[in-house]
Amino acid sequence: MSSPTSSRDGTPVVLRRAPRASAEHVDRTYPLWFHIPGGVIYLVLFIVPTVFSFYFAFTRWTLFKATFIGFDNFVLFFNEPGLIGSLRNTLVYGFLTSGLKVVLGMLLAVVLSAPIIARGYLRSVTFFPVLVSAVGVGLTFQVLLDPFNGVVNKAITAVTGGDGPGWLTDPNIALLSVVGIDVWKGIGLATLIYIAGIAAIPNEYFEAARVDGASSWQVFRNIILPLSFPATSTVIILSLIGGLRSFDLIWTTTQGGPGFASDVVASVIYKQYQAGFYGLSTAGNVILFVVVTAIIYPLSRWLNSKETAL
Amino acid sequence: MNAMRSTTRWLVGLSGMVLTTVLFLVPFAFILTMAAKDANDASLLEFSWPAHFQLWENVVAVFQARDYMLIIAFINSTILTVASVTLMVVFGAMIAYVLDRRKSRLNPLINTFVLAGLIIPPAVVPTIWVMQSLGIFKSLVGLILIEVAFGLSFTVLTMRAFIATIPREIDEAAIVDGAGPLRLFFQVVFPLLKSVIITIVVVQSIFVFNDFQNPLYFLPGQQNATVQLTLFNFQSQYVTSYNLLFANILVITIPMLVMYVFFQRQIVAGMTAGAVKG
Repeated sequence: MSSPTSSRDGTPVVLRRAPRASAEHVDRTYPLWFHIPGGVIYLVLFIVPTVFSFYFAFTRWTLFKATFIGFDNFVLFFNEPGLIGSLRNTLVYGFLTSGLKVVLGMLLAVVLSAPIIARGYLRSVTFFPVLVSAVGVGLTFQVLLDPFNGVVNKAITAVTGGDGPGWLTDPNIALLSVVGIDVWKGIGLATLIYIAGIAAIPNEYFEAARVDGASSWQVFRNIILPLSFPATSTVIILSLIGGLRSFDLIWTTTQGGPGFASDVVASVIYKQYQAGFYGLSTAGNVILFVVVTAIIYPLSRWLNSKETAL
Repeated sequence: MNAMRSTTRWLVGLSGMVLTTVLFLVPFAFILTMAAKDANDASLLEFSWPAHFQLWENVVAVFQARDYMLIIAFINSTILTVASVTLMVVFGAMIAYVLDRRKSRLNPLINTFVLAGLIIPPAVVPTIWVMQSLGIFKSLVGLILIEVAFGLSFTVLTMRAFIATIPREIDEAAIVDGAGPLRLFFQVVFPLLKSVIITIVVVQSIFVFNDFQNPLYFLPGQQNATVQLTLFNFQSQYVTSYNLLFANILVITIPMLVMYVFFQRQIVAGMTAGAVKG
């Protein structure tokens, strides 16, 4: 091809045009309309409802008619013990499940990364509950934790002679029991993430530690714990988002009961929706939005900055 | 030294096996034995071998209950899972691809949307309101689109990381050969995404198939039930027949367990994406 790089008087021609040609070429090769099919679904069914929730939360709403009532829904939410209790329960539930998954997942992963027998079996068994639906897990544990005939309390009676607690029927421990079930169901995922994180630590560190005669505790404290930090931050963020938004497991074990003892914001949203209080339900949605974002956004930024500092 | 090591190996392994078996396998064994009992035996709620083993009869009874509703639910759940995961993968790959390849002023906005989709809990009643005005509330199509909307963020995030590792030279070679953007994407790039696509398909299938909240809100009604809702709807009916309740749990859990056996490696890869980014 005879493409001149300069015209007769010496001014470059092609060079000046080249960047534009390549920009056009990128435009043509990677068309922006590729965003449209997925983007439209996402905008219409996720962003639009989210934006409108900030209006409907301030209304008395029947789906056909919305009457603006100012902060009434929020005032009601924060004054009604059953409703404001759900906010406290949501925080307890989110932080407890997340914390337990971090600690127990890490411990399990350290054990399952060591050269022990039956490692593959152990890894699979701890992961099985992740594959079962929350409904299946919830109903199974309802039966296992039955206060009178349940397997767990029968075992407690057999060992101690006394009666076991009403795991899901005692208002004082119902929420904690559901937390336990959630950890049981989700621990396999946390463990898996940690195993991947530990496997990514270069072997040289462990060899150097062995040469220096470090104890297993020192290896854990000074190598595994700091270098698996990316895994820790993933587990924290994932389980916290899941925990704060949790609905399925609570609804299929206690339905928020007894009374309001184990209600979380997500179950209040459903109850108010069922009762036809759409404005109040949406106010619950807005509160959950604010709580989740106010916790997750700064936390993930902080974890990221610590990660890059490593 | 060596003998001691292998002793600890055995000790830790054995105690781990006992502990995890009690904690994690007993509930599964409980489901299985309950599902095989007769109604009287099951109502004792005991963890014991069935006096009269009738697993098959119970499974058949569960499928026949309420005019074969479980079969309809399986059909609904299958359509829901296949359709929503397919759309999620194709649309998600298109977004992730252009997002990675092209520097556009839209990118910061799209990145924000992707993160928002991971964090923000969906606003329930406003979503129903939008779906009603579009005429897709209480329809399978509507629920499919809902699952796509809620699952798109994870898909884009995972795919983008993978697409960034595919060299641009491949795109350029295809363009020189005269491929347009559509052919370039669907015939050249898309096949290269096979491994990440399998991962996403498996992970999202588990999520959609096991989903309870979204069908509960957006696809109510008996004839529309998905498998998770049959379990919930039948709960009251099964108060006196725990054997059938557990047969139902067993039947709807098996598909995902089978999937795990076949795609173990992809599930592990997908679920741990991001854990080792540091």
